[in-house]
Amino acid sequence: MTALNKSMTVADIVGRLQNGMTLGIGGWGARRKPMAAIREILRSDLKDLTIISYGGCDVGMLASAGKIRKLIFGFVSLDVIPLEAHYRRARQAGEFEVMEIDEGMLQLGLKAAAQRVPFLPTYVGLGTDILTHNPDIKTIKSPYGDETLVAMPALKPDVAICHVNKADAEGNSWIAGPDPFFDEWFCRAAGEAYLTCEELVDTKEFDDETIAMRMPIERSSVKGVAAAKFGAHPTSCSPGYGIDVAHLKDYSKAAGEGWSAYLDAFVIGLTDDQYCDKVGGAAAINALPLPVF
Amino acid sequence: MADYSLAELCIAACAEIFREEDEILATVIGLAPRIAGSLAKKTFAPGVMMTDGEYYLVTDPVPVGPRNGYKPKKHGVMNYERVFDVVYRGARHCLVTPVQMDRFGQMNISAIGEYQNPKVALLGARGYPGNSIHNRNSMFVPNHTPKTFVTGEVDMVSSAGYNPARYPDGRIPPFLDLRRIVTNLCVMDFGGPDHAIRVTSLHPGVELNEVEENTGFELVRAENIAETSAPTDDQLNIIRNEIDPHNLRATIFKGDPPGRPL
Repeated sequence: MTALNKSMTVADIVGRLQNGMTLGIGGWGARRKPMAAIREILRSDLKDLTIISYGGCDVGMLASAGKIRKLIFGFVSLDVIPLEAHYRRARQAGEFEVMEIDEGMLQLGLKAAAQRVPFLPTYVGLGTDILTHNPDIKTIKSPYGDETLVAMPALKPDVAICHVNKADAEGNSWIAGPDPFFDEWFCRAAGEAYLTCEELVDTKEFDDETIAMRMPIERSSVKGVAAAKFGAHPTSCSPGYGIDVAHLKDYSKAAGEGWSAYLDAFVIGLTDDQYCDKVGGAAAINALPLPVF
Repeated sequence: MADYSLAELCIAACAEIFREEDEILATVIGLAPRIAGSLAKKTFAPGVMMTDGEYYLVTDPVPVGPRNGYKPKKHGVMNYERVFDVVYRGARHCLVTPVQMDRFGQMNISAIGEYQNPKVALLGARGYPGNSIHNRNSMFVPNHTPKTFVTGEVDMVSSAGYNPARYPDGRIPPFLDLRRIVTNLCVMDFGGPDHAIRVTSLHPGVELNEVEENTGFELVRAENIAETSAPTDDQLNIIRNEIDPHNLRATIFKGDPPGRPL
């Protein structure tokens, strides 16, 4: 048997993206976002992306960089800082199209894509401006009764990228923090899914009952895996490190005129190791307290 | 009776929202709702299920603010995916703070102004569409003004309300259940004709005309408008010593005013 080897670099993953693609991004708000991959996208010429995300600074940075043609979302927030300054600036300027939906509708859209059905029925969205502003979302009469339901269309990312604690070269992965969010659904829904990880490990590290319980992503949905130590920073990657609130406050101030200075300081031309040094070094990141809600 | 702050009065009034609840998940977003849900669970609503604010279901409500070594007592998990399963089943009561609300109970947390180029982009609709159409919902509104309680409809209807014109067949959906609104001035419910919003109690020192002047739509007057009940000594003790030992509630209202005018 030939061993599977899906290991690649973050740059390789971003190299799989093309202009105009739909990208699904794992994580939630300011938690376990694949930020090393996002920074690599900022360094690229990619444009006109449709982004599907439970949004945080991933969306904010891509918005400020002008990479987004359309945003499919339920919210954009930094959790500890409720409103995301970069998203707000770009949204208020009308810089991208929006498909604003309920958080649960977003999940249903991913599940529909993963199940390879065109839609899933739900009451959610009825009575709200979600339907007014998304005329492409249709309603359907129940074939069994007289209920009218929303037919939430499948949301199929061309590519999904998620960040996990550990992965092996086969694409098995462990999410050590409490909530897996919807990462496995992004991976199941996507045409191709890629993982970045804090640590690339040998498969035998997963030979443990407790660890196996927290491995929600099937490796069959994973096309490639790249090591990216501190790859979620400035978002959290529990239990390793918390949200870098101070960094996110400075980042928030960089919305608008300050953006190019932020790019120069933290993104352009930097390797992951150089980025780590720029934001205080490994010890400082490891010391970031886990968020308390 | 002990002196109490307006924040403590509102917390006690918000806790009342859970008095008739049995075993439901309380989703309490924001400081006052969180303290209120905790107070209810610790006293008259022990069946209420709560989380640590992130992931674990907890036996005792977790104190707000720095935990100083306090370890949440876990008895299960409530990851986001599971939350949605609970949302759809319906055993849940949300206590939330909208940016705008209208006479139908429709709320907005998405955007202020014209939708394509909003004057103010807020969070996005979040889970409001699902929460509102599937679960019981109550609201804590700390700034009772015509800018919050708007004339006409809210700018972006993020949650379902009692507006028949918005439903495909004109029928109010079966699980929509808006319960109560606690503001800095009064307590209201949806007990008027066709679920119209109705003033049920006024906070000490507040006159009805002050409430009406600060509301952008017509309010129904309940037959007997009471004075909002003061928190009991027992409740104040639990709020101050167990749930909010760092007095974060002093930040809910500017200047932390008293609950009863001196």
